[in-house]
Amino acid sequence: MHSDSAEVKKSIRTYITVGLALLMFTGITVAANRFHFGVPVAVTVALLIATMKGSMVASIFMHLSHEKKWVYGALILTVLGFLILMTVPMFTVADSIGKPVPAIGGARAGEHAGH
Amino acid sequence: MNIPYTVEERPDTGLTNGKLGIWLFLASEVMLFGALFSTYIILRTGAPEWPHGELNILLGAVNTVILISSSVTMVMAWASLKLNDWGKHRLYLISTFLLAGWFLVNKYFEYKDHLDKGEGPWHSTFHAIYFTLTGLHGIHILGGMIVMLYFIGPGAKLWKTSPEQFANRIEATGLYWHFVDLVWIFLFPVLYLL
Repeated sequence: MHSDSAEVKKSIRTYITVGLALLMFTGITVAANRFHFGVPVAVTVALLIATMKGSMVASIFMHLSHEKKWVYGALILTVLGFLILMTVPMFTVADSIGKPVPAIGGARAGEHAGH
Repeated sequence: MNIPYTVEERPDTGLTNGKLGIWLFLASEVMLFGALFSTYIILRTGAPEWPHGELNILLGAVNTVILISSSVTMVMAWASLKLNDWGKHRLYLISTFLLAGWFLVNKYFEYKDHLDKGEGPWHSTFHAIYFTLTGLHGIHILGGMIVMLYFIGPGAKLWKTSPEQFANRIEATGLYWHFVDLVWIFLFPVLYLL
């Protein structure tokens, strides 16, 4: 973290620039949504922009671009845990993605799955 | 007894205890929201259909702009302390608090609109995960506001006795606040656009 006044003053310009860039990316995300891409393209574009925005917040506002190794260590473990959390449950449904949910107790699938 | 390493850094970690503590707390928060994002993926991939256009994109986008702006004011509140400018710090911290309040007011109108139409969490799987994710996020916003209110009010006197420690507390509050912003950056496209 910076504590020198000159460095902090320099950082303030960066904070404002990053803030403006984040607002611009939000505009791009909303505008891209109007093009009605196919689902895979829409998901890729939206999540790519969100990841870029998230990286900017983490690296600049949260000072992760110049942190101590203990913080990186904790975050590496978190990222590993997060990836496990996101991927392992997918294996349980990987063979049924896009297929209708089987009816339970005589009810129609649609009643259980969202409508 | 004083809590050690609130101002000076621990020799072994190179961090103050508070800073390491807030990062470990944020790590647990990643897992909490990660579990819910994972649930969202499972529910969505298992659903034969998924509703589109159910949410107010304009209101969601306005709330994204509000939270990004509040992240900027929050980091500026911390930077102002580093520059010894108490007046600007107050201005930025109060602005962050007001922006957070504005976010919740918008959320209230959004929720009210859904509930008036009978579209509560019980209405569908989509509404269940929408209310769960945004509700949990909203509680985090409220938590951040309570902490900010403390530093605007009674907690502010620490600046007079230990300015470095106060700046460290504002930095920890900022790290939490940026995390809440980061979560919304992903929630907005996932729930409103896709």
